[in-house]
Amino acid sequence: MKIIVPVKRVIDYNVKPRVKADGTGVDLANVKMSMNPFDEIAVEEAIRLKEAGKAEEIIAVSVGPAKAQETLRTALAMGADRAILIETDAEVEPLAVAKILKAIVAEENPGLVILGKQAIDDDSNQTGQMLAALTGRPQGTFASKVDVAGDSVSVTREVDGGLETVKLSLPAIVTTDLRLNEPRYASLPNIMKAKKKQLDVKSPADYGVDIAPRLKTLKVSEPPVRSAGIKVADVDGLVAKLKELGVA
Amino acid sequence: MKTLVWVEHDNASVKDATLSAVTAAAKLGEVHLLVAGSGARAVADAAAQIAGVGKVHFADDAAYEHALAENIAPLIVDLMGHHDAFIAPATTTGKNVAPRVAALLDVAQISDILSVEGEKTFTRPIYAGNAIATVESSDAKLVITVRGTAFAKAEATGGSGVVEDVTGAGDAGLSSFVGAEIAKSERPELTSAKIIVSGGRALKDSETFEATIMPLADKLGAAVGASRAAVDAGYVPNDYQVGQTGKIVAPEVYIAVGISGAIQHLAGMKDSKTIIAINKDEDAPIFQVADVGLVADLFTAVPELTGKL
Repeated sequence: MKIIVPVKRVIDYNVKPRVKADGTGVDLANVKMSMNPFDEIAVEEAIRLKEAGKAEEIIAVSVGPAKAQETLRTALAMGADRAILIETDAEVEPLAVAKILKAIVAEENPGLVILGKQAIDDDSNQTGQMLAALTGRPQGTFASKVDVAGDSVSVTREVDGGLETVKLSLPAIVTTDLRLNEPRYASLPNIMKAKKKQLDVKSPADYGVDIAPRLKTLKVSEPPVRSAGIKVADVDGLVAKLKELGVA
Repeated sequence: MKTLVWVEHDNASVKDATLSAVTAAAKLGEVHLLVAGSGARAVADAAAQIAGVGKVHFADDAAYEHALAENIAPLIVDLMGHHDAFIAPATTTGKNVAPRVAALLDVAQISDILSVEGEKTFTRPIYAGNAIATVESSDAKLVITVRGTAFAKAEATGGSGVVEDVTGAGDAGLSSFVGAEIAKSERPELTSAKIIVSGGRALKDSETFEATIMPLADKLGAAVGASRAAVDAGYVPNDYQVGQTGKIVAPEVYIAVGISGAIQHLAGMKDSKTIIAINKDEDAPIFQVADVGLVADLFTAVPELTGKL
């Protein structure tokens, strides 16, 4: 079985995003960029399935600028076998990404596509579900456990009240939640080896997909700021405040 | 505009998250509901009582019992033939189903809206709530998920909706429900609680978390939450997690204990009406958003507080 893992180059998890003064977006100039953390978990899960003998080949895919090659090299260094970059400088919405992925799925016919549940830049949480819809495949979203057995996969999902397990017939789409695994760091020898792995560069047009956005961003602004309040000296001060609030 | 709102339920009663979605939908126009479930007639009847609701589409089928997206999405797509917008609460169910519907309708979904600015214009958080985007859709139909804490709850009673039975294709044959481990607790549910006591990494381990946070929460009749750091460290299960990657909450009073206030945590609770922080580090970022702060060692302060309440 092949596994496809889509990965996205996003602002690094530890960087505080700054809204541009002209309100057109978030300033990404000279900001550290990394692989979307949920996608790292997806790459790790695919590698573990391969190590367990459940998969033969892992293909990392990214839709984004030329620099997303770095993100794909990271996936290759972790253990993916080859990579495809669908290069575009445009902002691509989840629906268009799902359409591109659908075309790649048709070419590669993977048993599983494992995606991060959401990207930490646009926070959409859509691409996996949309890909499942477009390919007519079942979806196991927000996974905290993935168990491939025969022609099906059991996915334990993080839901609001706790956990839920569903059984999906393969081929299927899985999206990762935080507790699925802890991604490995790529070792230096593997980083060197990754430079020689196959990385194909394509364009959205190669797949015949129209990536024109459906949503227009009119403005991006800072969230309302909360200001610091008062400090109380001791527990008695806190008790008094709680009484004022009517909760004690 | 005619909207179709997904009713979140457990086949017995309507979940509160639905009510916020109804408020958002009412800003767009006529509100119709969809109750899809199994043996869920009582839910449909209750949903019809929600203030401002017109029709309640009721699909009763064993295939809809657990809201499997593969089975539910085609039913919604059918109903969207005569609705202009599909609106779901941004719960794990809504987030699972809505994008599948959007892709089948070939429209871009607008996730997690905070406000309705116009018929096709909405605000939504991006970058973990560090920025707010105002977006306008160019699609003929809308698919939207609604952040519950951003909209008041519609009245659960007083409405006079009409329940109308609908049927869908049922089981798509792609997926099945195996089981669930739903945490059972006497405490209120996190997303609808009036008071929340949350613990962070400083709580050391699960025993200390239990012994420190729970008595205070019980004294206040509060729900219990946790930071991602506390969840990652294994003190409490993930369904306690408050933050961008967990639950978004906005209670009357949020008490953060031993939580430093990482961006990702603040994104989940900064809309709380009053924030109270107890932390021994006076430079902790949590104090920059707290209305009331106490710089103290939580291991002495929290038991003392619990004792004095």
